[in-house]
Amino acid sequence: MNPRRLFVILVPYLWLLALFLVPFLIVLKISLSDIELSIPPYTPTLDLAEGWEGFKAFLAELDFENFVFLTEDELYWKAYLSSLWIASLSTFLTLLVGFPIAHGMAQAPEEWRPTLMMAIILPFWTSFLIRVYSWMGILSQEGILNQFLMWLGLINEPLTILNTNTAVYIGIVYTYLPFMVLPIYATLEKLDGSLLEAAEDLGCSRIQAFWLVTIPLSKSGVIAGCFLVFIPALGEFVIPSLLGGSGTLMIGKVLWEEFFSNRDWPVASAVAVILLLILVIPIVLFQRNEQKQREAGQ
Amino acid sequence: MAQSSKQDIFAPWEDPSATPLIRFAGVTKRFGEFTAIDNLDLDIYEREFFALLGPSGCGKTTLMRMLAGFETPTEGDITLDGTDIVPVPPNKRAVNMMFQSYALFPHLTIADNIRFGLKRSDMAKPDIEARLEEMLRLTRLEQFAKRKPHQISGGQRQRVALARSLAKAPKLLLLDEPLGALDKKLRQDTQFELMDIQEKTGTTFVIVTHDQEEAMTVASRVAVMDHGKLIQVATPAEIYEAPNSVYVADFIGDVNIIEGNAKPKRGGKVEISWAEGEKPISAETAAAIASGDRVSVAIRPEKIAIAASKPKGLANAYKGKVLDIAYLGNISTYHVELAGGHVIKAQTANASRIERRNFTWDDSVWLSFTETSGVVLTG
Repeated sequence: MNPRRLFVILVPYLWLLALFLVPFLIVLKISLSDIELSIPPYTPTLDLAEGWEGFKAFLAELDFENFVFLTEDELYWKAYLSSLWIASLSTFLTLLVGFPIAHGMAQAPEEWRPTLMMAIILPFWTSFLIRVYSWMGILSQEGILNQFLMWLGLINEPLTILNTNTAVYIGIVYTYLPFMVLPIYATLEKLDGSLLEAAEDLGCSRIQAFWLVTIPLSKSGVIAGCFLVFIPALGEFVIPSLLGGSGTLMIGKVLWEEFFSNRDWPVASAVAVILLLILVIPIVLFQRNEQKQREAGQ
Repeated sequence: MAQSSKQDIFAPWEDPSATPLIRFAGVTKRFGEFTAIDNLDLDIYEREFFALLGPSGCGKTTLMRMLAGFETPTEGDITLDGTDIVPVPPNKRAVNMMFQSYALFPHLTIADNIRFGLKRSDMAKPDIEARLEEMLRLTRLEQFAKRKPHQISGGQRQRVALARSLAKAPKLLLLDEPLGALDKKLRQDTQFELMDIQEKTGTTFVIVTHDQEEAMTVASRVAVMDHGKLIQVATPAEIYEAPNSVYVADFIGDVNIIEGNAKPKRGGKVEISWAEGEKPISAETAAAIASGDRVSVAIRPEKIAIAASKPKGLANAYKGKVLDIAYLGNISTYHVELAGGHVIKAQTANASRIERRNFTWDDSVWLSFTETSGVVLTG
């Protein structure tokens, strides 16, 4: 292989090595260490001055205690399960909201589409944190939503939405909606209109044609969108801590508390390593879906 | 040219007692300001292979889409088998369409594509399978049944589209530029296959095409369209030999159009003075032409003979010089410039090998044609 090509290929691998693999190995190492009141707050630390003997002693001190601890305290596996549930349900809800939006965009006249696309992307121009805070203003007891519903006369007393799981769902659906809409829109926009006409010509009603042609042909976009929402939602921390209540159990929140409240870096690292292992499965599935789509496209 | 119809020739359009399968009556279709179809009347008979021919934007596709049900006429009636089909949605019509892009469902196998329409009907499952087998056999696709559309060739895809649209045994099959995506050789083979399948199934075919050769090959009748109107509806031979207008003559095949002033003679003959210093063209015509009328004579290049010396006994003979030779293998087209600067195209079959050809550039030649070679057109 000529050196220039090698260089081109090497750059992304070096990037991954430096910014993903090395930090991960550090986290993995911390997860195998023990907590200690020092800086850094764990032991052992590798002292290169002691040479080979020192390295062996360092390795001998690493163990899986923290991982065992995670299985003993039910808080952790409950938090994992709860996160999986919240991420799954909110992914499904995002799909329910996102698909009609994507479909509507794909059906819109061509000259409208860039504007609609802009409308979907526009929220990214504002800080994510500020947008979540503004949801607090909308959902709180004296918030805009409650005031509006009371003004309409639909309710007499303000609803408690903020600091419940409902608020978390709303927050996740709102935040990750563009990630669902854009891949679905991309597949629907490519959909050849004559396929729907052909389905109608062969005896389908409009609704049948939608189920038999549009839905199956947008499958890859739906799968991509679902993963793009599910993967970050699983480890989500900001939304549950700002919009969720004390009853909202999500692993991202647990992780944060271990790190910053308990200063137990080894346990927090163990939590992070497990979270990554859980995410490997959907990430691999996502990659497969992308691969299949590329092959079908050829 | 209109010959008396014999019993064994398929020509229901010449039989006044025949009822058409499809009847367009005063159909107009407007898209906003644009008139796509302009007050059009047309009858298409059962078992016909009917071609709609015209340049893009002439309204042929709109006409077809109205038959399929994707467009509704602004004015007028369309009847199929005597019933008004204008209010019937596409999925309830006994009409199927083969789309230009084939519109095969990419997520379904070839078999499932063909089954698609059958499953929407109330056909029993064993019947569906039997019909599927029949269609696969008809289109020679048996070994591809389990493949997906992207795993087969363009020609095979074309046959899948045909099988799928024929599976429901429609009264009428619409074909939108069915061979446009195939290369020339495959297209020619497929044309004959289409005719064969049409004959076997007895289905009425309406084909839309901009390829005049294709229309001439497959169709029992051809309708030449322009600006939403039918210019001429006739058999391919009639369209070619007896075009009713300069537009049709010019659109179909190669032609010399010579314009001039007419002077009627006895015996249905007419003399056309067309250029200063040239002998008037003498032609036979059935049309009523007054003296001084501006007319055109359309003469096909293959009907003009080319010779080294002046031929005897022919009504029209002109001397000229070979300007250009287009060698096409089986035939050669000579562009001959007459004394007055007019260029006339003449064609000869290359019966002998090229090195023994008689004429070359700048040779002085004589062009000649009979009084019946040309068609006198007033429109």
